[in-house]
Amino acid sequence: MKILTGNDLRTGAVTWWNGTGWSLHVNDAVDVGDQAEEIIAREVAARRVNVPYACQATRTIEGVRPAHIKDRIRALGPTVRPDLTLKPQDPQAIDWVI
Amino acid sequence: MGDTRNLGTSPDEVQFRFRDDEPVDHAAVTVDACCDQTNATAVRIEPGDDARVLLPFLGRLALVEVNFPGFGDGRGYSAARILREAGYAGELRAVGDVLIDQLSHMRRCGFDSFAPDQRLDEEDARRAFATWENVYQHAADRRRTIAEMRHEA
Amino acid sequence: MYQYDHYDQAMVEARVAEFRDQARRRLEGKLTEDQFKPLRLMNGLYLQLHAYMLRVAIPYGTLDARQMEMLADIADKYDRGYGHFTTRQNIQYNWIRLEDAADILADLATVGMHAIQTSGNCIRNISSDHFAGAAADEVVDPRPYAELMRQWSSFHPEFTYLPRKFKIAVIASAKDRAAMRLHDIGVRIVKRGEEIGAAFYAGGGMGRTPMIAPLIRDFVPIDQFITYAEACLRVYNRYGRRDNKYKARIKILVHELGAAEYTRQVEEEFAHLLSVGVEPPREELARIAEHFAPPAFVDGPKTVDRSDPDFALWVDRNTHRHKHDAYVSAVISLKPAGGIPGDATSDQMRLVAKLARDYSFDEVRVMHTQNLLLPHVRIADLQAVWTSLDAAGLGSANMDTIEDIIACPGLDYCSLANARSIPLAQRISERFAATGRTEVVGELKLKISGCINACGHHHAGHIGILGVDKKGVENYQLSLGGSEAEDVALAKITGPGFDEDGVIAAVEKVTDIYLAQRTNGERFLDTYRRIGMEPFKEALYG
Repeated sequence: MKILTGNDLRTGAVTWWNGTGWSLHVNDAVDVGDQAEEIIAREVAARRVNVPYACQATRTIEGVRPAHIKDRIRALGPTVRPDLTLKPQDPQAIDWVI
Repeated sequence: MGDTRNLGTSPDEVQFRFRDDEPVDHAAVTVDACCDQTNATAVRIEPGDDARVLLPFLGRLALVEVNFPGFGDGRGYSAARILREAGYAGELRAVGDVLIDQLSHMRRCGFDSFAPDQRLDEEDARRAFATWENVYQHAADRRRTIAEMRHEA
Repeated sequence: MYQYDHYDQAMVEARVAEFRDQARRRLEGKLTEDQFKPLRLMNGLYLQLHAYMLRVAIPYGTLDARQMEMLADIADKYDRGYGHFTTRQNIQYNWIRLEDAADILADLATVGMHAIQTSGNCIRNISSDHFAGAAADEVVDPRPYAELMRQWSSFHPEFTYLPRKFKIAVIASAKDRAAMRLHDIGVRIVKRGEEIGAAFYAGGGMGRTPMIAPLIRDFVPIDQFITYAEACLRVYNRYGRRDNKYKARIKILVHELGAAEYTRQVEEEFAHLLSVGVEPPREELARIAEHFAPPAFVDGPKTVDRSDPDFALWVDRNTHRHKHDAYVSAVISLKPAGGIPGDATSDQMRLVAKLARDYSFDEVRVMHTQNLLLPHVRIADLQAVWTSLDAAGLGSANMDTIEDIIACPGLDYCSLANARSIPLAQRISERFAATGRTEVVGELKLKISGCINACGHHHAGHIGILGVDKKGVENYQLSLGGSEAEDVALAKITGPGFDEDGVIAAVEKVTDIYLAQRTNGERFLDTYRRIGMEPFKEALYG
């Protein structure tokens, strides 16, 4: 699937297009098909997202798994500081990234 | 594609001007053309041009435009200072992708007229020109530097 | 150290106001991201993997306790309680919000700090020898010259839109402790008889095409020093390549013109600028130098009580000879085995501030090796200092050993990275610490970069590791034989790359070969230079 990701302009937080807005959680990401450019243009102009781009992902039992390790790190947080990630209590979270 | 093709901005495209004299009202020529034509009084410098090529002609030039096709290309700042260092006293106009945040540095490098592609917010520009109450280094504007002020008798 | 006068203070505050206005215009939509990006970069604000990252300048790596305490406060108030000290003597915060950035800069300004030009296509932080003012072998303290350059380069109207970033290092000794030859401009302050001058090197750099800076002029009289620098920059600004981002550094210009031609152009511009008169008045250097007068050293014991073996090891490894024989410079290791190189918590920063205040004339330094330094510690006070450091996890006795790894933040933090570097550093340092091999191996400078930009300085590593992306999977190239010191050299790649487990095993194999082959007290680098790459290649690839 093709999903959209970017950073929040104000806070810098990593966000994912959920169909109507930008979520902090990669599992909310939706397949944008061939609408990526249109959505990106509109959302950037409205400043609801900063520097967004499309990336490949697969749907898994847990949710959405970006194809590239960089986007998985963005989805979770730094692998070397589990306490600073979105899932500090989850011992499997780093494995999901790698 | 002739070298004598006329370019340049017209006075009504100039949004800010810090001179009292009348603006030149005819089009600028390229640097190459300027060297050939003995009557050109206005010339446009592109980023890749060597401003020093104009040194023999400074006496007859009333307007030098320096083009900034992209604001990130900083060669025009050197071109401007070089011309002022050589004694050029005519209008030095920054044209092209000239944005608010470049105005104060351009002024310091000797630009006294600005014709941005997109008109700028007047209030933002006023603030931008006034960004630096004092300056660290020598530039074409000959403002007294902080170091000089620290040590004047 | 330098203290701002009202002029300096006003400049920093004007910059804060300028940036606050720029951020406002961005948030209001008056500036696009393309227009805003160079402006925020010139205030050290990156957009990284997880958030904005702010790189705060620590000019020539020098700060006092009050400033270190502010860095701790910023970590707590605006970030997640820690900061990362970098290979250019700066500090980085990883979890910054754009909407807070102007307030952070305002807070920094209250203690004479800023994030001016720590990124962007402009002149960056001027770095220097972390032992400046303490080293026995310096001709003079290099920092006044670095401060003169800092003021000259800040908000320079002609050099704000260079083809690419521009990094300058200033040293004042024959020994190069600042990787000076690997900078865009390197300056060595020298004496010719009684006259002080500057040797200029230009066109060094790491990154995609590492190069060692050739000598451009061996002696510029010190009262023409800034004029010469201006000439070097103007030639670069006019003729540096702007067609290709990867060929835009001055090293490419110097390489393509040849050092002789680049020098000729600089000398021509220099002669012209001398006639224009751009040099600051000579009294200015004297005024700045007064701030760097040596502290009031007092006599005292010249030896320590070695009965505690851990303390003795730390003294042997982590202290550096001082020009006053009752003092040493003491390295504060930010490389606990298995830890994240260069990171410090806000509590650790506060402890360091206290130690600086109590034991080091209120001065602390940031080393380009991502450690901290107390430059002037009485030998009599070393036990007390070490006890405090040790209790805070800052007492690792591993300076310049294989545990003292330089690693960039890598793919865990950086949007430019191809691979993670920190986990590698953690595993390697843990392995060598656990097996007790660190001490056996001795001096070995291991440097890891997560991408070709080489922020980990891997080209200059005795062992260097470069993270690459091999079809979407992290892979690591190993190189050997680099050096950042006065015997500067660029490391050579061993051969095909490795995965994470493979490169760690490779590092071990390489040290095995060294230990088997070394003679007469050779360091790893010495053995490598004597026996060459072949024995290592043989062991790695069979």
